[in-house]
Amino acid sequence: MVPLSTGTRTPGARPTGGDVIAGTNAEVIGASPIERTAAGTAFEPEQELMTINMGPHHPATHGVLRLLVSLQGEEVLDLKPIVGYVHTGIEKSCEDQSYWKVIPFVERMDYLSYFFNMQAFCGAVETMLALEIPPRAKYLRTIHLELNRIHSHLVWLGTAALDLGAISMFWYCFRQRDNILDLFEMSAGQRMHTRYFQVGGVFEDIPAGFERKLRSFCEEMPSRVDQFEALLDRNEIFLRRTKGIGIVSRERLLELGVTGPLLRAAGEPWDLRKVHSYLAYPELDFKIPVGTVGDGYDRYRVRMQEIRESVRIIEQCIDGLPEGPWIADDRKVVLPPRHELSTSMEALIHHFKLVTEGFRVPPGEIYYPIESPRGELGAFVLADGSAKPARVHFRDPSFVNLQCLREMCVGGYVADLIQNLAMLDPILGGIDR
Amino acid sequence: MKRDKLRALSPLAEPGSLDHLRVRQLRARDLLRGDLDDGELAEHVEQSILTTTLDNVLNWARSNSMFPLTFGLACCGIEMMSMVSARYDIARFGAEAFRASPRQADFIILSGRVSIKMAPVVRRLYDQMLEPRWAIAMGACSSSGGMFANYAVVQGADKFMPIDIHIPGCPPRPEALLYGFTKLQRMIQGNPDQGWRRRYNAVGTEEWARDDVIAGQPSEASEAAYARARQSVARTAEGTGPDGAGGGEGELRGTGIS
Amino acid sequence: MPDAPGLELIAQELGDAHEGSVLGTYHEHGQACLIVDPDQILAVLAWLRDTPGQEYRFLASVHGVDYLPAEPRFGVVYELLNRDRVERVRVRAALDDPGGEELPSLASCVKVFPTADFQEREVYDFFGILFDGHPDLRRILMPEGYVGWPQRRDFPIGGEPVVFTHNERQAPGWSH
Repeated sequence: MVPLSTGTRTPGARPTGGDVIAGTNAEVIGASPIERTAAGTAFEPEQELMTINMGPHHPATHGVLRLLVSLQGEEVLDLKPIVGYVHTGIEKSCEDQSYWKVIPFVERMDYLSYFFNMQAFCGAVETMLALEIPPRAKYLRTIHLELNRIHSHLVWLGTAALDLGAISMFWYCFRQRDNILDLFEMSAGQRMHTRYFQVGGVFEDIPAGFERKLRSFCEEMPSRVDQFEALLDRNEIFLRRTKGIGIVSRERLLELGVTGPLLRAAGEPWDLRKVHSYLAYPELDFKIPVGTVGDGYDRYRVRMQEIRESVRIIEQCIDGLPEGPWIADDRKVVLPPRHELSTSMEALIHHFKLVTEGFRVPPGEIYYPIESPRGELGAFVLADGSAKPARVHFRDPSFVNLQCLREMCVGGYVADLIQNLAMLDPILGGIDR
Repeated sequence: MKRDKLRALSPLAEPGSLDHLRVRQLRARDLLRGDLDDGELAEHVEQSILTTTLDNVLNWARSNSMFPLTFGLACCGIEMMSMVSARYDIARFGAEAFRASPRQADFIILSGRVSIKMAPVVRRLYDQMLEPRWAIAMGACSSSGGMFANYAVVQGADKFMPIDIHIPGCPPRPEALLYGFTKLQRMIQGNPDQGWRRRYNAVGTEEWARDDVIAGQPSEASEAAYARARQSVARTAEGTGPDGAGGGEGELRGTGIS
Repeated sequence: MPDAPGLELIAQELGDAHEGSVLGTYHEHGQACLIVDPDQILAVLAWLRDTPGQEYRFLASVHGVDYLPAEPRFGVVYELLNRDRVERVRVRAALDDPGGEELPSLASCVKVFPTADFQEREVYDFFGILFDGHPDLRRILMPEGYVGWPQRRDFPIGGEPVVFTHNERQAPGWSH
């Protein structure tokens, strides 16, 4: 046995005990775990336990997520997520705004899928008002929702691959993302947080040239997805990092309330666009990708396939885009067109009342769920008859999905923790609201 | 005669104007001919050749190789990420090396709303950064609380840390962020961008320039600056347009809108 | 969604199984809601989950609502989903505000639906409703030492007055 050094160094002495050190030139200068192992006096594994804090400022947590991780060496024993670092009090702020003004607030919750937030809220209010939106608006909304889904998955792919080391994917995905943002800018004037959906339809019709640009995007996108898959699908490092990692059983996921690509990767074909259709989805033909095992690789494949399906949906929508108004006619809820303001007194009065006070919603409550890129996004709106909602609550998918992070990570390594977090696709704006 | 023309032109020539360019052209021609004498020669050399002190060189180097801290809080963080991406490419300004550790970072871009739970964390990060360090408040939320005037959001990161550049927008376009970044670069080089105050000859009207201010009353210095600014606007408004038509607002001249 | 007669049927069967649990029902915009006695909430949820014919096995959301000035003031709303029939039903536990320093309390349904973990913490954080039996009831979104229940209707919305030139020196800030 090699006697542990008491601090005096003998340069050049080669220790003879333990294979770990014998094969190296290392000098024994203190009682490190390696030497203890070499000397046969290693501590028991439980004594090497350490609790470390990841975040809230960390390059690999997608947003300001704080994780308290108990580690034994590199194995994760326990995991506690601490959230709230970007809590913005949106739900409380919404109680102070008229319904029209709530739309920009709720947009900023899950800040990657802003159209979905808008759709959940507008859909809820429209159901409470029993307001039927015109077919063109349904199709336009569907187009923008699916574009947003592709956008969200692209950002997810870029940042997830970045976490796993495939750094070039970040640039490719963000290049595609800029194409989508150009389309949003054409239709709504702003790249993110467009305030495009209004209660009753969409704010404005799509401009000339939008259709052509959208079609060229749809032509280009599948080949881009092919390129992304060519980079990652059979990449050995990617496979080793994601295959078989982070498996949680389908039943456990359902118990934890997990929805979205995570659930579909585990084998459950549950998608609100199919089972609980809304907008133009009943008339469209698309498939829901479902995985088998539920590991990181399946989650990646499900999302890639969802991008392809979204492109198909957009193509069908733009092919079948009906003519007609893009917002409902009900002047008590929807602003009248501007050319009427100079001719019709009622239009002027309605405009004035809608802008200053807003429309009133009869008392009632509603829960309106839609399928966002992360799962079931539900808007609960309580109306008390005034022009401001009495309670707006969003059931955010990332918030509920975060509960399964612990089960995914316990027993794995820290590197797998990073991978699980990447494949979970949390958006802290939605978690914290 | 040419030299008199030079002397007559130079005091009125503002940097960047056509007059200034002509002055420099004539000076360069005279230098080549050997026609410039001592004072003018020294001045010309100063203006055209980069002879600087070590500070200037350091500042130039600092501003062109800034290391941002990876710090995305919310939606603005996504636009910050797209600024790094290929289309807007902050790498052309030398700032693509985002550092995860505050010890290695030069400046922090507060991209997103600062909640009350996050504020001490941000302050600690900023404290951990080494001098010289700067802070950019990107977006409306970190500049002033944005649309969220409620219990949960700090109404501007100004409340707890010094901010050098505020960028408006919700979220600001990546181009706006790049513009703010270039402003920061100019600030570091010691050549802060006066912006509209220089254009309208209103330097001195800044809020921070008024030391002797009583709340609600203008100070003497700012009164003088405002008077200067009003004069310069009046001067441009009185001037006639290219077709001889007079008057109208200075900005609308030449647009055909009366 | 169960239609209005279907909802009445559920209410009746639930009332038979657990005496006095259903305080009311309402059905609007195609959505069914049961208003239940908060003391029997666990029994109600377990009944809805396990009874063959009901089997609302998926809890989509747990959230709190403050109905001030209506009585009872608080509601903890459970959105249940039956995935086979794709039917949703809403269960509202109507809680009274005991007033003063005391906080209303309700049994935690984490054993029945594990997904309620974070969501009940959120309800506690924002409304001050205690959940008995929750493994880790502490604030989730607000800072740990925060005093107050932000999403109650009588909690002020906060924020600061807008800074103009006339009051900019009074507003706290770094540069002055």
